Amino acid sequence: MLRLGRYVINQWHLFIPAVVFTLLSNQLSLLGPRYSGAAIDAIESAQGVDFSVVWENVIKMIVCYALSAILSYVLAVIMIHLSQKITYKMRKELFEKLNTLPVGYFDTHTTGDIISHLSYDIDTINGTLSHDLVQVMTSVYTVVGSLIFMWQISKPMILIFVFTVPVSVLFTRYRSKKVRPLFRARSKKYGELNGYAEEMLSGARTIEAYGRQNVISERFNDRNEDAMNAYYNAEYNAAMLFPTINLINNVSIALVAIFGGVLYMYSQSGAVLAGSVLFITLGGVAQFVQYSRKFAGPINEFSNILHEFQSAFSAAERVFRILDEEPEPLDLPDAKELKEVKGNAELDNITFGYTPEKTILKNVSVTVPKGKTVAIVGPTGAGKTTIINLLMRFYDPQSGEIRIDSIPALKIKRSDLRLAFTMVLQDTWLFHGTVYDNIVYGREKATMQEVKAAAKAARIDTYIESLPDGYNTVLSDDGVNISKGQRQLITIARAFLSDAPMLILDEATSNVDSRTEIQIQGAMNDLMKGRTSFVIAHRLSTIQNADTILVIRDGEITEQGNHDELIKLGGFYSTLYNSQFS
Amino acid sequence: MKRILSYLKPFRLRMLVGFIIKVTGTMAELILPYILTHILENVIVELNVSKIVFYGAVMVFFSIVACLGNIIANRMAARVTTNFSKAMRQDLFEKTLYLSSADTDSFTIPSLESRITTDTYNVHNFIGMMQRMGVRAPILLIGGISLTLIMDRALAFVMIATLPVVFITVYSISRKGVPLYTKVQKSADNMVRVAREDVQGIRVIKALSKNEHENRRYDKVNSDLSKQERWAGTVMSVVNPVMTLLMNLGIAAVVAVAAFRVSKGLSSSATVIAFMQYFTLISMAMMSLSRMFVMYTKCAASAKRIAEVLDTPDKFKITEDTEKSEGTHISFENVSFSYLGKKHNLHDISLSLKKGERLGIIGATGSGKSTFIKLLLRFYEPESGKIKINGRNITSYSREQLTAMFGVALQNDFIYAETVEENIRFGRNIPKEDIIRAAKIAQAHDFITAAPDGYAHMLSSKGTNLSGGQRQRILISRAIASNPEILILDDSSSALDYKTDANLRRALDENMAGSTVITVAQRVSSVKNCDLILVIDDGKIIGQGKHEQLLESCAEYREISESQMGGAFVE
Repeated sequence: MLRLGRYVINQWHLFIPAVVFTLLSNQLSLLGPRYSGAAIDAIESAQGVDFSVVWENVIKMIVCYALSAILSYVLAVIMIHLSQKITYKMRKELFEKLNTLPVGYFDTHTTGDIISHLSYDIDTINGTLSHDLVQVMTSVYTVVGSLIFMWQISKPMILIFVFTVPVSVLFTRYRSKKVRPLFRARSKKYGELNGYAEEMLSGARTIEAYGRQNVISERFNDRNEDAMNAYYNAEYNAAMLFPTINLINNVSIALVAIFGGVLYMYSQSGAVLAGSVLFITLGGVAQFVQYSRKFAGPINEFSNILHEFQSAFSAAERVFRILDEEPEPLDLPDAKELKEVKGNAELDNITFGYTPEKTILKNVSVTVPKGKTVAIVGPTGAGKTTIINLLMRFYDPQSGEIRIDSIPALKIKRSDLRLAFTMVLQDTWLFHGTVYDNIVYGREKATMQEVKAAAKAARIDTYIESLPDGYNTVLSDDGVNISKGQRQLITIARAFLSDAPMLILDEATSNVDSRTEIQIQGAMNDLMKGRTSFVIAHRLSTIQNADTILVIRDGEITEQGNHDELIKLGGFYSTLYNSQFS
Repeated sequence: MKRILSYLKPFRLRMLVGFIIKVTGTMAELILPYILTHILENVIVELNVSKIVFYGAVMVFFSIVACLGNIIANRMAARVTTNFSKAMRQDLFEKTLYLSSADTDSFTIPSLESRITTDTYNVHNFIGMMQRMGVRAPILLIGGISLTLIMDRALAFVMIATLPVVFITVYSISRKGVPLYTKVQKSADNMVRVAREDVQGIRVIKALSKNEHENRRYDKVNSDLSKQERWAGTVMSVVNPVMTLLMNLGIAAVVAVAAFRVSKGLSSSATVIAFMQYFTLISMAMMSLSRMFVMYTKCAASAKRIAEVLDTPDKFKITEDTEKSEGTHISFENVSFSYLGKKHNLHDISLSLKKGERLGIIGATGSGKSTFIKLLLRFYEPESGKIKINGRNITSYSREQLTAMFGVALQNDFIYAETVEENIRFGRNIPKEDIIRAAKIAQAHDFITAAPDGYAHMLSSKGTNLSGGQRQRILISRAIASNPEILILDDSSSALDYKTDANLRRALDENMAGSTVITVAQRVSSVKNCDLILVIDDGKIIGQGKHEQLLESCAEYREISESQMGGAFVE
């Protein structure tokens, strides 16, 4: 809460005028009824209508209201600027923070979850800052201001509110305590209903194929019923709140009328003298009625606003929690720059687990001389991708050491280490942008010629040139229809641009049909030439030609050698190999 | 809109009662300032305390009537609204499930989703609001205006003159806001898109040390979003001050005019006080009317989108065909089909299969393999040619008859948040033994029972807590469980390792000998033992026969076969 406050105070040059304008604009709008009361008194005075007083007050009213309108507009604009500055800054800080977080953070949080902080949470804060903050200042001011004016008009009549205000505040609190969980249940049920509809629609084909429409409709009906019952429940209970608050307000006005009427009567009859506490004019009664309406409104709104504030604070808390996450540790002070990497890689007795309880890799050692290819083979979950994660220093091993050209990886600047590798992964990552942008991402200073050469090496150049805008075609989800294979080839073109001496291929050809695969395979073989390559593959042809094959089972290297050696060994690898001929 | 409002018909009586109660409540509320004026103007002068108290009590009485009327009417309205939207949503959902695939394609799934979720919600909100405020605002407006007219015509005209100005201002600014907020939404989508790309590509970004580049990319969309929001906010903030100002100017005008009228003895100061009260009520009514107008346009758009789906005609027509054939189980006779009516996605396909035979279909992505399956399942109707099962055209079977014959495991198929058992059963009446038997054939039993809760294990939506191979084996179990006449495996074993795949084939041959099996695959190994293999390229059959024949006669088949050398090596 304090921390969110700091963001606001940092914008003091907007915040201070905002406070001043709030006060001024409310002061003016409170003065309005005062002048209209004075005007009415002048109309009503015993000596006939005193036009000069009426005019004076009417003009004062107009000026007041006009100024107040202008001020409140300016105020609204200031608040929008203020809240936009803050939310912009928060989003920026949050995003930049995300980029410094270790990969582990992204592996343990879903994308939707992370995005919701940037969109939903910050939106909530934005709403509160731009709207509720002014609301609170206005409410406080209106309540206090109305009270002061009412005090000036008639002290005894304020006593009415001493009874009615606590009643309505207590009632609102009591009801909202009861209704809030109902509304929460309502959103939950409604979310479930929508989730179910979305889930089932995604399986519409299958439901059709199995003729299960009836069953699914019945199940939807149950959820629909639940959601609507929750809805009705919430509405049913909430339906009481506002009419009852209205009732209390109306009753207080009735009381004001009775009490005011009686006081006026005595004032008229002379039983109460002018100057006495009890003395009141007709205009006074009218003003009092107006102020009491102004006065009661914000009090009822308070509990709503408090609720808004609570959700903004918890949203801010979620945002700050990320801002406080531990970033990737800085490079060691004596970290070396990596120049002219040859590409000798060593893993020396590596042990690692994502959580301390569960070891994924145990005592893994392997040496890969420059330019050679290692294929990593093993069942799902054996730890193949983990080796890649360690090589790239997305994670650091619990014990053991990785060395590049005999320098321990921990003593190399992280960015230099990573740039020594180029990666092609199973999940092709392309962003919304042109084909050119996506390829040149591999090396920003590359020329158009180099990009084209890379595309050619990846055997995607003819396809790109067949696109309507060639290299300037924008890749987007809803735009050009580009197949998985073609996406993969673009990432390979990106990899070709990089002159890194080491290469990582992680299941780069799964999910691609056979003919495209032949194409990709050719491109990848070219890519591997002269580079130290780490390959996780599921096609035998790739694995067979590797200089070394590592078989990993349950986190340990159980077999190591080239194809012929492993076949001779007669272990897991040869069983797998032979099963295809059975 | 009309179509949607017809869902309100069953609730007519209820709505009428609710309406009457609401009108009573609103009237009671409206009369309050009138009594107030009466007290100030006539009662007080009589200098009679008990009379003042009496009228005060009358005010309290009407306040209570107003309160109760509003509560009861709002509750009734909530009942009507929920029943209404329940019925509408249910119909919409059912209709969506029965839409033909061609219709589903043209609506697109995301659009259908948002029709079921967002659009029904919009309509629901509007119907609810219409009942709550749609009664109140017009009555307040009309009642307020007529009462003021009775009280003092001249003053009423002054006030009425300001109302259209208020309405037009609020309405036109709010309308202007719609495109501005559409722009904000678009910028927000862009902002989220960049963030999502960044999160998903974090490994690549870190590998290439592109943090700075990404920060700049995000800064662009972030500041654009801020700019759009600022502008929309700046425009929309005009509404409130301008409206308040106009109303207050109206009050000032009333006071000024009143001064003249009072001096001429045409009006009283107490009337002015009552006027101010009414003015507040009326302008509040104006405000909600203009807001309702904006809501209405939104609701009408949603209602139209819902009606579009509801009014889509059912294209599943059943024809007469009583022919029978003993020998042939499935036959395609010169079948051609195209999705968009331009180029044939399948061209002149003919084949015939006997009961219990195995058909394999192989070809590149987009060649038309899955289209073949979709036509057989009657998801789409062929453009020309006939598809027959047991000698009868498939268009002569009812939906139920047709689906009962098939067991289907489709590509990228559907797993939902339920237990393993329910995912295999899929809402059908299948005993547990058959489910276990199916899982055993599909090579799924072992990994299912490896989990502590076995078949009761909860799967997550889309089966994200399973590996690709496990997912496929659950889907195959589902297809087998009903022991169907025709089993279709559409690219559904691609993630299995070679050994498991071979075991699956063997188990299918042993246990499902009576079923005709159609396997669509990209791997030669999955189809090489079939009785008939079709090689499809660009919608045409470019080779058919057994594995050995094709190796000799079909160059493409040979090429695929050689490149694969046995397909996926490990799962």
